[in-house]
Amino acid sequence: MSLLLTHTRYQFLETVRVPIAVIGNGFFPAASMLFFVVPFAGDDPVGATLATASMMVFAVMSSGLFTHGLGVSEDRAQPWDPYTRTLPAGPWPRFGARILNALAMTLIGIVPVLIVAALFTEATVTPVRFLLGFLALMLASAPFQLLGLFIGYALPSKAAIAVVQLTLFPMAVGGGLLTNPVDPPAFIDAVAPFLPSRGAVELVWAALGYGTPDTLALVMFGVWTAVAAVLAAWAYRRDEGDRFS
Amino acid sequence: MTESTTGPTTTSTTTTALPADPAAGTAPGTGTEARPETLARAVEVTRRYGDVLALDGVSLDIRSGELVGLLGPNGAGKSTLINLFVGLRRPTSGRMELFGGSPVDAVRRRGIGVTPQETGLPPTLRVREVVDFTAAHYPRGVERGALLERFGLSDLERRQIGGLSGGQKRRLAVALAFVGDPRLVFLDEPTTGLDVEARRGLWEAIRGFHAEGGTVVLTSHYLEEVEALAERVVVIGHGRVLADGPIAEVRGIAGVRRVALTGGDLPELPGVLRTEREGERVHLLTTDADALVRELVRADVPFSDLEIRPTSLEEAFLTITAREPQDA
Repeated sequence: MSLLLTHTRYQFLETVRVPIAVIGNGFFPAASMLFFVVPFAGDDPVGATLATASMMVFAVMSSGLFTHGLGVSEDRAQPWDPYTRTLPAGPWPRFGARILNALAMTLIGIVPVLIVAALFTEATVTPVRFLLGFLALMLASAPFQLLGLFIGYALPSKAAIAVVQLTLFPMAVGGGLLTNPVDPPAFIDAVAPFLPSRGAVELVWAALGYGTPDTLALVMFGVWTAVAAVLAAWAYRRDEGDRFS
Repeated sequence: MTESTTGPTTTSTTTTALPADPAAGTAPGTGTEARPETLARAVEVTRRYGDVLALDGVSLDIRSGELVGLLGPNGAGKSTLINLFVGLRRPTSGRMELFGGSPVDAVRRRGIGVTPQETGLPPTLRVREVVDFTAAHYPRGVERGALLERFGLSDLERRQIGGLSGGQKRRLAVALAFVGDPRLVFLDEPTTGLDVEARRGLWEAIRGFHAEGGTVVLTSHYLEEVEALAERVVVIGHGRVLADGPIAEVRGIAGVRRVALTGGDLPELPGVLRTEREGERVHLLTTDADALVRELVRADVPFSDLEIRPTSLEEAFLTITAREPQDA
């Protein structure tokens, strides 16, 4: 436990001492919020609230996939990562610290979205619903963090960037995160339940008091999470660093 | 291979009696108790990377109190061997042992210290932070101030690593190997890129650790470094152990000269280790070129274009050991 905290602390320090990484993390979702939500749904309280939740799920997906997918694959190419594997600790402190850090980055990433929502839209939420929504958001991050870890441990960093982008945008669009949440296009209705992003966003919507999650979407969310966990563990175990020596 | 599972509980297990001697008596069934204990061992170890054979049937014992130099050219397999010893990689075949167990098992690694390659220290962390981070993994450790002083880093505690000079980073990287009060340290190219003074300082620190009973395995491609530090030298080339013995013995082999000349049939000459012919050109490998040339002149054989060159360590060992893989 103390090793988990030690690893978390130093990984966090490493990240926050490069401020641009932290800022970049929050930029995309906040910008999407300004371009996609504020002009189209900003005046409608329900639409704005749902769309804000969608953007937060997008933020969670993005930081899960990027922090791990890129972070891990880049770390593996540095000698420091293999060095930490020679220290007398099992894989879990480092693995766990990565997840805690991604959650911290997620928190930082959703703050700008919250600010934009509060200032420029009619989105509203009660304190209790906000807390529930927040917990749902943490849960919603699970499959994306695990997918990010899988990509990071399985691929070299250049391939990881491409794969993360190829994963993030289709999932965000296909899950209906970037379209009108109240009346989505037909093709999105057809594919969305099979993507983890849909189950994730419906969980958050439900936590905020809007609707009941679709059963198929929830089951698929669970399946994605389980498969991603198995893949991440497998990729970690087969990884022996990225350095050829 | 055998006991590779490193579960989530490994860091907190209290299996072995830690404080004094985690490895004492764990080596199974070795009858010779009087001999120094074997701390680490490679048994018939082979490691492949795809088609490349990095280690080819290496067997090596590291005994308590030794200061072993692994010597060989780049790409010989030294780093691979170290990576296997510290549990970073697993052998393709054969067996690695560390304190009687598997190096993949985190508990076994409590008795070792490893040096990260200098280029990899996290640039945003401070010197004291990276020392504390490493120290947090070990049941006991050495005092930070004393450690930094020993490696000439005393007044740099609060500096970010990215702001250190190359030599300071290198010294910090080596210092990290000693943070957990190890019995056995693995130092991979510890002084690469250091100036002469800094190199001697590091050598002093390594000798000091050894004098207090510590065991050291270091790799180098500098003969000078290995000569200055090691008592036992293991020469590695093309993934195999080419020589393993006291430093004096290996130095003798390393002093081989290549005498080349153009000529016909030569008489039997003393002190020739090996003769190679390429057309008209004859290459004689010898430890005493002067005596050989005297003999040549005395024998009154016709020759021209006499040339005497020192062989590189690599060349010396590769010519002396009969098999030479051309493909690597």
